[in-house]
Amino acid sequence: MNRVTTLKRSTQENAHISCRVNGEPVQVSVAPCKTLLEMLREDLRLTGTKHGCELGECGACAVLVDGDPILSCLSLALDAEGCAIDTIEGMAQDGQLHPLQAAFADLGGAQCGYCTPAILLTAKALLDRQPNPGRDRIREALSGNLCRCTGYQQIFEAVEEAILRLRRTEQGTDLKSVPVGARHNP
Amino acid sequence: MSNTDTFSIIGKPRRRVDGADKVTGRTCFADDIILPRMLHCKLLRSHVPHARIRSVDVSRAERHPGVNLVLTGRDFPNEYGILPVSQDEQPLCRDKVRFVGDPVAAVVARDEFAAEEALDLIKVEYEPLGTISDPVDALNNPAARLHDYSEEGNIHKRLSYEFGDVEESLADSAHVFEDVFFFEGNTHLPLEQHAAVGMQEADGRITLWSSTQCPHYVHRAVAKALDIPMAHIRVIASPNGGGFGGKTDPFNHEIVVVKAAQMLGRPVKCCLNREEVFYCHRGRHPVLMKFRTGVDENGALTGMHLQTLLDGGAYGSYGVASTFYTAVLQPVTYHLPRYAFDACRMFTNKPPCGPKRGHGTVQPRFGQEVQLDKIAAKLDMDPAVLRLNIVEKPGALTANYLKIGSIGLAQCINTVTERCGWKDRYGKLPEGKGMGLACSSYLTGAGNSIYWNAMPHSGVQLKLDRSGKVTVFCGATEIGQGSDDVLVATIAEILGIDPLDIRCVTGDTDLTPVDLGSYSSRVTLMMGNAAIQAAERARGMIAQAVAEKFATDTGSIAFSNGRVFEIGQPEHVLSFRKALVCAEEMHGSLGTTGSYTPPDPPGKYKGGGVGPSPAYSYTAAVVEVDVDTETGWLTVPRVYIAHDLGRAMNPVLARGQVEGSVYMGLGEALMEESAFRRLPARLSNALVHREPSMLEYKSPTSCDMPEVITDMIEHPDDNGPFGAKEAGQGPLLPVMPALANAVYDAVGVRIDEVPITAEKILQALDDKARGGAGRVGPDSFPDIEWPEPFRVPPPWEGGDGNAVNKPARKRAAKMHEMDKFKKVDAS
Ligand code: FES
Ligand code: FES
Repeated sequence: MNRVTTLKRSTQENAHISCRVNGEPVQVSVAPCKTLLEMLREDLRLTGTKHGCELGECGACAVLVDGDPILSCLSLALDAEGCAIDTIEGMAQDGQLHPLQAAFADLGGAQCGYCTPAILLTAKALLDRQPNPGRDRIREALSGNLCRCTGYQQIFEAVEEAILRLRRTEQGTDLKSVPVGARHNP
Repeated sequence: MSNTDTFSIIGKPRRRVDGADKVTGRTCFADDIILPRMLHCKLLRSHVPHARIRSVDVSRAERHPGVNLVLTGRDFPNEYGILPVSQDEQPLCRDKVRFVGDPVAAVVARDEFAAEEALDLIKVEYEPLGTISDPVDALNNPAARLHDYSEEGNIHKRLSYEFGDVEESLADSAHVFEDVFFFEGNTHLPLEQHAAVGMQEADGRITLWSSTQCPHYVHRAVAKALDIPMAHIRVIASPNGGGFGGKTDPFNHEIVVVKAAQMLGRPVKCCLNREEVFYCHRGRHPVLMKFRTGVDENGALTGMHLQTLLDGGAYGSYGVASTFYTAVLQPVTYHLPRYAFDACRMFTNKPPCGPKRGHGTVQPRFGQEVQLDKIAAKLDMDPAVLRLNIVEKPGALTANYLKIGSIGLAQCINTVTERCGWKDRYGKLPEGKGMGLACSSYLTGAGNSIYWNAMPHSGVQLKLDRSGKVTVFCGATEIGQGSDDVLVATIAEILGIDPLDIRCVTGDTDLTPVDLGSYSSRVTLMMGNAAIQAAERARGMIAQAVAEKFATDTGSIAFSNGRVFEIGQPEHVLSFRKALVCAEEMHGSLGTTGSYTPPDPPGKYKGGGVGPSPAYSYTAAVVEVDVDTETGWLTVPRVYIAHDLGRAMNPVLARGQVEGSVYMGLGEALMEESAFRRLPARLSNALVHREPSMLEYKSPTSCDMPEVITDMIEHPDDNGPFGAKEAGQGPLLPVMPALANAVYDAVGVRIDEVPITAEKILQALDDKARGGAGRVGPDSFPDIEWPEPFRVPPPWEGGDGNAVNKPARKRAAKMHEMDKFKKVDAS
């Protein structure tokens, strides 16, 4: 590392950023070398956004910027100026879990829960664009999000269950949902 | 044990009690803790693999304007370590570094940027020492010694045991198979990097939050390393963002933040970066192993001699236990009339190995299951039939004195073979397609604590009051596996109330009774049994009060659906809340405790304490593969797995444990490896990690994961809570060997080592095409001078669990600081 430039990092003047976070206008004074991840966690104290590498390798830091999932560890806080950012803290609305959140909680989509915020937001971005993706499309959309706990299968099932629940709310009908839980042979 | 139908909560698929927190980002992991005036800590780690530290100059770093404190090894006089026999770690190295990544100094600063800048200003002078790269290197170079306390040279530990005369059995066997296998090391890669926050309270006492699986062991280590009375330290285990065994040791940064918080009077946080997580490691030991196994003409085992050689890395960690675990569980799966093993762990200049999911048993399980496949091929037997014939019997006492309870292995084998169409497809698929079978067994909790004591392994406390609320306290640690859910479900089941009426406080050494931690698959069974005892005691107190109110006997009082009532008297019913009012009136403030201590192991010989468990889980797996014979490329379309877990407490979570194990097993089988390389001579010749990043250390993504067909088989064990056994580790074990066996079925080559990569398959195919054996794997096992074995006759040869000889053992050099350790024990 170049010592001259790094020494500057701790002494730079803060920059001023205006953006929308979870639908609300936010103004924040932030060190210009900080990533969006650091701004969210350290300056806005929205610690629901996680990090597993800070090198763009694990996907745990994904948030939505103007509706697109991006790795917040690879984007500068400065680039958030004027953007709409969605984090996990804003996903539940009016005290109600988003159907994706509820399905993940019900069907084992979150074990340790560390990959979960980013996976939920990535899945939401997918469903916002493509309400009825097949298993392969779901796999592909989540392929940048590592999960070390679940083996992904219960994550896929939770996304598929959420699709059903979302459709049910839309149609106002009461379709029978897929059976919850495992094959179970006592 | 009653059927699941009679339970209202146990066995029913349910949203986990911490599910809503996890999906809303509210779960507070260690790095999410932000305290007023908190400072940040970074460690300076050695870039040389083995050297004496000549000097550490921190003066420039101390002058950095953002820096509050710089610490070096001289600030930490005491050693620590997880096992009492290997107290060989220093919070910051004092005189020697032993691997690239060993920490030598720490900077505490106003933010991470300043701390990182100051690390660059520290000057360390090293005097390089010879570097040991692997166990054979270590055997050949005893002079470049890592630790003075090793048995000799770089031999950390050697073990030798004989349960019956194996040589005699082998001489009398119809066939003797001799095979050498190698299992490469790999790491846990929890998604959350380790983090810790130390804080000194105004009165001088200490609080440490950490992403640890074992707050109790961290508590002991911090007390010992810093000479602080245990009563003045509070360790809080934050929910772990995945552990898999990687957060079971006490770590340097945990001790450093406490020391810094003490010296500065301000909270100090240290969050490791991903590269540092690779250096903390404690992952799977690379193991070379040799099996000599005798069978009769029907494939029944007559005797086995197993030798294992472990690459331990630079420190002891759990290594002595790991070394035992590479051998002790072989007799638990199939009936083995005579058994002998020799095991040896070496020190090398690499990050320390330790317990990863399946701790030490994974490697020999790979070897044994592949060898069984070879035996079946030689005897022209169906590998499923061969295994079904030799499955150990429920209630058995093994040759090495492990007492088994329930065994659902035969049902597991039958289930996976039926689901995959084994009879019609195995051995009959077109070239390039194949399927392989393997089985395994695993502990449900180690029968002994890592430090000897006669106290409970798990304690649970209940507080109940007139609000109708129950609060349960337990030292167990939530690492994602769902231990909080098991705890709440158990209490709710017994008191007949809704899980939402229970508040759960776990993993806090100030508030909760001791539980040894989330390792060795012990939590469901040990915490569960302690919880049952506490809840039954509470139920007894409530029933007494309600019985008095209805003028009946306590035996006729029942608890269900939030009500307490007299059986057969519909009008004699109280809400649970009203029942608590009655109980509080009768007994005063309400509280109970429960505790669990595992049964005494039947093996009385020295070393017989590793391997015993209250219950053993069993698994069978079939893996399907597609192999491209042009490129060697391997894909896995499907995995069938059946796991006997005694009882699925919450089937959603239990299934997640099974499938997560399959996933991690596939990663190990196909791609994950802790590989090292030497830098060229002009760049110091140092041994460095080839891949301390998630990009280079490949792990399966959502696109790599095959379809997994999971069956949970329930053979309840008398020792388990509601019959439950473990589910989080055992199902990993059969995946790697089943995959290797499938490759043989697909293309007729044997890959006798893990990981099984396209290159190796191609190499084996080339070898076969040139008329060779079509095998890739190690050729030989080195000559090791083994000690005289402990001779313990098996139960059926008149043995009573004692050794019949007293082999002389070289005493390991007296551990530095052992006396201090005893002092902490007593306090
Ligand atoms: S933290 Fe890993 S990709 Fe951003
Ligand atoms: S749930 Fe733990 S990493 Fe995905």
